[in-house]
Formats: sequence, C-alpha cells, structure tokens
Amino acid sequence: MSDIHKLTGAYALDAVDDIERASFERHMAECDDCRTEVANLRETTAMLAESAAVSPPSSLRDSVLSGISQVRPLPPIVAPSRRAAWFPLLVAAALVAILGVGAAVWQPWAPSEDRSDLTVAEQVLRASDAQRVEVDLGDTGRATVVRSKSVGKAVLTTEDMAPAPFGKDFVVWFQSAEGEMLPVGPMPDEPNATIVLEGEAGTTKAAGITIEPEGEPLDEPTLPIVAVFDFSQAT
Amino acid sequence: MDHLKPVPDGVPSEGTPSGGSQPADGAAARLASLMQRSSRGDEAAFAELYDLTSARAYGLALRVVRNPAQAEEVVQEAYLDAWRTSSRFDPARGSAAGWLLTIVHRKSVDRVRSAEAATARDATYHRETEPVEHDSTVEAAHASLDAQRVRTAVAGLTNVQREAVELAFFGGYTHTEVATMLDVPVGTAKTRIRDGLIRLRDAMGVGS
Repeated sequence: MSDIHKLTGAYALDAVDDIERASFERHMAECDDCRTEVANLRETTAMLAESAAVSPPSSLRDSVLSGISQVRPLPPIVAPSRRAAWFPLLVAAALVAILGVGAAVWQPWAPSEDRSDLTVAEQVLRASDAQRVEVDLGDTGRATVVRSKSVGKAVLTTEDMAPAPFGKDFVVWFQSAEGEMLPVGPMPDEPNATIVLEGEAGTTKAAGITIEPEGEPLDEPTLPIVAVFDFSQAT
Repeated sequence: MDHLKPVPDGVPSEGTPSGGSQPADGAAARLASLMQRSSRGDEAAFAELYDLTSARAYGLALRVVRNPAQAEEVVQEAYLDAWRTSSRFDPARGSAAGWLLTIVHRKSVDRVRSAEAATARDATYHRETEPVEHDSTVEAAHASLDAQRVRTAVAGLTNVQREAVELAFFGGYTHTEVATMLDVPVGTAKTRIRDGLIRLRDAMGVGS
C-alpha cells in the first residue's frame, strides 16, 4: 500500500469514494507527510474556487442569516476544567469516519493530528480485557461504553443520540471504587460519536450519564441518572 | 479562553488595494477572526464572513452542481454547518476560507453523487455523453487579482493535468471515474491529479 501517499490530491479534491476516504484518513492519522500535503492542497483547491466566483442572489444571504439565528454554535473542543478530559472531538469524527457511520459534524481536517489519540481509542476497543456495556435509551438513542483496565481508559460510543434538552448537556460520570461520582465531561452534541473517556476509567466501577445545566460546574450529578454502565454486568 | 487574534497593523477591516501580498494576508486574518467571533454566536461577524466569501462559495457550488437552485441549497447548508461548527475551526491548521470552501465542495460533491445515484436507475444515463464544461461561468467570474493569479497558475498546468484536476474538482468525479473518462489507468489519473495540484500549489505559493 505504498501507493496510498499518491491519494493526497484526489482526497483533497473529494475525488474519492467513501471507502477510499475512510482508509486514507486512517493512513493520514499516521503519516505526517500526507497530512501536511493534504492541508496544503486543500488551501490550493480553495484558491481554485476563486476563479469560479459568482455573486449569489441576495435572497440567499437572508436565508443563511435567518437560518443561523436559529442554531447554536457547538461548544469548542476544550478539556473540561475537572480532573478528566475528553479527547478532542476530532478523534470522534475520525473514528466515526473509519467506522463508516454518518457523522452529523463533518470535519474537513479530520483525523486529528495527534496520532496518539487514535491509538488510545483503538487500544481500548481492541484490548483483550475490553469490557463492554450497552445501554438502550429508547427514543433517546443507544450508548455503549467499552473499558479496558490494562489501557486504563474507556470509550463511549453513541448511536442516534437525541440532543440534550435545551440549555442542558448530557454529562458522563465515573463512579469510583469508593462510590464517589467523578465528572468526566459533557458529551458532544452529536447523534453518533465515539469518545475516549479518561480519568479514573481503569478503576471505575460504573459510568453514568446525567442531564446537567449547560456550562455549570459539575459537582454532583443531577438525578435521575439517564443511563448507567455497570462494569460488573459487562460482556 | 482567549482566542482573539488581532488583525495585523495597518490592515483595516478589509484588504486595501496597496499591492503585494499584504491585502490577501490581511483578508485571511480578518476571515479567521470573523470565524472565531462566529463561534461565540456573533451573527454580525458571520454576516460579514458571508459577504466576504459567498461569491466563492456560491460559484464553487454552482460549478459543481450546475443547477442554481441546488447550488443555493448547498451553500446554505454549508454556511449553516460552518456556523454550527465554527468553534472547530483552528487557524493554526489552515485558512478560514479554505475550511469553509472545503465544506462547500464536499457538500456539492455529495449532492451531485446522490443525485447521480438516484438517476442511475435510468438505463439511458451515460456519463460519456455528458458535456464537460470548462468555462461556463468564467464570464461571470469576479475579476480579482487572486482570480487572475489562479488562472495564471492553471494555465501553467499541462493539458492532461488540467483536465484531470477540473474533472475532479469542478466535475465532482472520483479519481477512478476520471481515469475511466480519460481512458487512462487509475494510477495515471491519481498521479495527474496530485501532480497538477502540487504544481498549482507551488505556482500560487501556498504553504510556503
């Protein structure tokens, strides 16, 4: 597969099919040269658009601006201030692309440049001691947590997850061996996501999801708990 | 956190025609700052961003999907996505225009491919008979210095490189489709596309 480097141009032009895109993104996660070249070529293609510029009808401006006024911009990808942090959402986007699941948010520059991100998620999912707990939330969607004690991390995957109520976030917690609830962080506002959970993942007895007011400090989980992933029930 | 990025000195809100590459750099910094303000919900910033980029976005979508009504839909979806995900824009990884137009292009390509999948059932559909237009919108194109620079760079490609790049970029065809259309091996089409883009990149001084 040494030839895969030559796909940079086609990839930058979106001249690839879905399978090629996924496999090239996987390659790019581990190939600095390809990632840099794609970034440069993407800038080049953006300049190509310059030669095609045509003023749109003014009605389009109105539609765009009235459209955005009804949509809240997603929060930035930053680590919550608490003791544990989400890996950047880009990891999720990359993984989702690889898994072939339609992602609501599509990242032009996925996958993340930090290759260690990807390997952590993959390590967990492939670990021989991986424990898996799936919770069906009915209309709210489905969530699965896979935890590997040897890796010391867990991976949360959501499918068809409904958005949190307005002004609220879904927040993930770990329950420590002592029974203490430790906040991990808010879940991304996406129906299909894959996120690495850090912190006390290796020793946690269970993970839970609650609904919390957006942007509030996470001290105590608000009850009731939306979903509980009890690792003693893991498969 | 603080991600305010000051516009460089001497560059007002929009690029002033003072020559050299300064206006372009100032415009790029302006767009990046507008994108970052948008991520904080600043609709006025996004409106300005739209005004500075919509001709490129619409022109690109129109070129790929060809139908004006569909191009408008694609552009509207793309801007909505850009607004929603504006906090994901990272100026360290590329320009705001590049980020936005990447979204526009991907959506345009998705649109033509899904439309194509829908019409593929029609036995009469033969891609070979599709006319390949290279200059349908050139008359309407904005005459800007940048556009001139791009055209000069494009003119520097070999004919086979230009054909492959245009089919892929403006035609929205995959590289394997391009290979079939040009009747060359897949590896050849892939190489022409990449070599063509690299030549364009070098001619336009991207990433240098």
